[in-house]
Amino acid sequence: MANGWETVIGLEIHAQLATRSKIFSGSATAYGAPPNAQANLVDLGYPGTLPVLNREAVLMAVRFGLAIGATIAPRSVFARKNYFYPDLPKGYQISQYELPVVARGAVEILLEDGSRKTVGVTRAHLEEDAGKSLHEGLGRMSGIDLNRAGTPLLEIVSEPDMRSAREAVAYMKKIHTLVRYLEICDGNMQEGSFRCDANVSVRRAGAQEYGTRCEIKNLNSFRFVERAINHEVERQVELIEGGGKVVQETRLYDPDRDETRPMRSKEEANDYRYFPDPDLLPLEIDAAFVAELRAGLPELPDAKAARFAREHGLSEYDAGVLTASRELAAYYEEVAAGAGEPKLAANWVMGELSGFLNRDGLEIGVAPVGAAALAGLLKRIVDGTISGKLAKDVFEAMWSERKDADAVIAERGLRQITDTGAIEQAIRDVMAANPGQLADYRAGKDKLFGFFVGQVMKATAGKANPAQVNELLKKLLAGP
Amino acid sequence: MSLHHATAAEIGRGLAAREYSSVEVTRHFLERIERANPALNAFVTVTAERALADAQRADARIARGKGGLLTGVPLAHKDIFCTTGILTSCGSRMLANFVAPYDATVVERLDAAGMVLLGKTNMDEFAMGSSNETSHYGPVRNPWDPARVPGGSSGGSAAAVAARLAPVATGTDTGGSIRQPGALTGLTGFKPTYGRVSRYGMIAFASSLDQAGVLAQSAEDAALVLGAMAGHDARDSTSVDAPVPDYAAGLDRPVKGLKIGIIREFFGDGLEAETGAAVRAAIEAFRREGATVEELSLPNLPLSVPTYYVVAPAECSSNLSRFDGVRFGHRCRDPKDLMDLYRRSRGEGFGVEVKRRIMTGTYVLSAGYYDAYYLKAQKVRSLINADFRRAFARVDVLMGPTAPTPAFAIGAKTDDPILMYLNDIYTIGANLAGLPAVSVPCGLSGGLPVGLQIIGPHFAEERLLAAAHAWQRLTDWHRRMPQGWA
Repeated sequence: MANGWETVIGLEIHAQLATRSKIFSGSATAYGAPPNAQANLVDLGYPGTLPVLNREAVLMAVRFGLAIGATIAPRSVFARKNYFYPDLPKGYQISQYELPVVARGAVEILLEDGSRKTVGVTRAHLEEDAGKSLHEGLGRMSGIDLNRAGTPLLEIVSEPDMRSAREAVAYMKKIHTLVRYLEICDGNMQEGSFRCDANVSVRRAGAQEYGTRCEIKNLNSFRFVERAINHEVERQVELIEGGGKVVQETRLYDPDRDETRPMRSKEEANDYRYFPDPDLLPLEIDAAFVAELRAGLPELPDAKAARFAREHGLSEYDAGVLTASRELAAYYEEVAAGAGEPKLAANWVMGELSGFLNRDGLEIGVAPVGAAALAGLLKRIVDGTISGKLAKDVFEAMWSERKDADAVIAERGLRQITDTGAIEQAIRDVMAANPGQLADYRAGKDKLFGFFVGQVMKATAGKANPAQVNELLKKLLAGP
Repeated sequence: MSLHHATAAEIGRGLAAREYSSVEVTRHFLERIERANPALNAFVTVTAERALADAQRADARIARGKGGLLTGVPLAHKDIFCTTGILTSCGSRMLANFVAPYDATVVERLDAAGMVLLGKTNMDEFAMGSSNETSHYGPVRNPWDPARVPGGSSGGSAAAVAARLAPVATGTDTGGSIRQPGALTGLTGFKPTYGRVSRYGMIAFASSLDQAGVLAQSAEDAALVLGAMAGHDARDSTSVDAPVPDYAAGLDRPVKGLKIGIIREFFGDGLEAETGAAVRAAIEAFRREGATVEELSLPNLPLSVPTYYVVAPAECSSNLSRFDGVRFGHRCRDPKDLMDLYRRSRGEGFGVEVKRRIMTGTYVLSAGYYDAYYLKAQKVRSLINADFRRAFARVDVLMGPTAPTPAFAIGAKTDDPILMYLNDIYTIGANLAGLPAVSVPCGLSGGLPVGLQIIGPHFAEERLLAAAHAWQRLTDWHRRMPQGWA
């Protein structure tokens, strides 16, 4: 970015809570149902209907609060945010305003230079999602799908603590990891289960005051977050350097054109007239309930990563990568325990396994090579049955044929040759077949050693134990 | 005695004793409605077929020996309660096409008790009014004098019971909408504690104040019907999870030793002399029966009208946002865009008083005005609450007039909303504090009924009903019928 400027970023993340039913009605929340199949009278805002708070949603919000070391409000209040829109059936959204359920937490992110940074979480509050307006394929009409209306959201508001798009992405990934660890959100960004709005401003380096911010709405991928912020920063810097002024507004990121542009100003003019929702009693959470939930929290990513670093001797970076999701961490732990070699396990999980998963676009939960199978393969490296190089071929076969390591090794006869006699015989054959090279070598052309190694490995189809090959070659080439 | 001179309880006893069938009773009331409703305009919808089917079912149930005291007894519902398959208009053009797809909890419970639905009663539009003149279906007339209003907003229910077109009817009370029409038509109008009766399926006006109740001929009837409709409902978060006492069983508690407080602020300027005299005489009669009486001051109570006219419109402005022409209710013809759809659907669908309150409510919630109006009103509300709490530390019940004057002429106050709002000056306090209160007839002023209001602490329904019942054993005001509807 331009010299002499500092970027200030705060994120509002919307995490859709993984409850079975909606936050204020009994309708299902499953994704992808036919339009309005999951909207009951409460979701449709029918006259006389009333909201009833879903306990599961509260529980999830509290778990999140505990995971980020936040204060759980003993009393929080649902408020109505009033505005008219066709996909907002009641003419107001039930949210929390002055008194959110979670306040003042923090998460730590790992920066590229290896240092750590704390990002403050101002608050997290419960609210209901709106429905969707559909404008395509309906001619002059617009359609309203209220399946999503009333889906529980946790809006997680950060402090303006991030100083680059990269930091913003690291923070968002951290929250993404957390909500999945806690099993309170499926984290599916394509379906909109996890999305964010970014508040971006710039100021001269060293300035105390914040610059005027713009809010970029509805970013639903880590890549878009990074690109949208970078473009917005560029736009603001250019604007100011050109003598202009940033206007506080809401902007949309267009990934196709890779730019942000202002939303229609109708959104801006709203006075939401928040007031406490008289249909819902204040939400009261007692200390015993909080203590119970605290006791039930899983090991969280930071703690897990620290343990991996401490007990397995992994680097901080590797430990961080391996704890990015609960499934990955569990997979790694099983492999490490099975193979008895944590570092080897870490290298394989982050290397071959991740590569194959990426290549095939698979989640770790459905990896064709399970943790036990991979551990079985690593054991064969450790006990010298196969070389690390051969192991990669075995892994590929395991992946495509869904067999375990021993079966592949046996079928293909890949067992490493460690029989000294067999290796010696192979060496003698090679020497006999290459008398010229042998003479040159003995005359002092040391570089030919590699040639002989290659020939022996070729003759043994790569199965000869490399260390033994080296040792025996040196001895035999030197002459009787 | 003709059937329509009987109370709901008396009809129930007659049905149980097989003196007549529910079908006979129902036919009798349907005929009366047919004859008298054109003059009174008390009903928006008469559900004759449904009523006869209900009655047949009730008769069968009684024959099986499975009936309760209300089984087979007809009733009318205020048109604010959703009733499956039946127009639920809320007195508004906005919902003049709205056939509810579900039953309100109140409807469901009285149905389960075996009551027979005669029809849906007229009301002020969205329950906003004190005279039943804001209804899209035109004003309801007071059976005591058809040139006068029956009070509101439950004016149709009041007129229907007063003229004995129904033995009993439901109502809702947000600022006096059961008690004031009860007073103006000579009925027992009971508003329970906020949270006692589920609001599910009751179209919301002001959610923190709305409460369903009964317009009845007697405290006994009120006790029976209230007992059947009250109780916790998981579909309403503000409904209270506490057991419902057998209200009818507690009716005979003696008055002796009852500590009555007279609210000084209710006897000042604005109270019509004859009304005041009738109320004082009634309280004096309680004293003669062994109650103690002391005068109390609730200094913040005079602020209840301005407080109410901030809180209620604020909630209403938000509650009525769902009427946008998109999913149900009135939609304007050929909207040219979304804004046009909103503007015209709402502009055409709502009447003047509703619009006035939506605008007031929108204003008091707006940025920059919220603290000065809405927040301040909430503070005053808690002061009023505290006044009541202090009073109930000293006395068992509070008494005073229900309305400052008897029924006034149709049209007399329609041009002056403030004058109209002042009609509820004595009733609003109980709504702001969520207290139970009842109005019982206690005399006449210029030939028109006067109501005595009895207010109790939270969940003191039994105490109020027992006091009202004691009064009705001493007097016969509640048995007097207006002339011309025999």
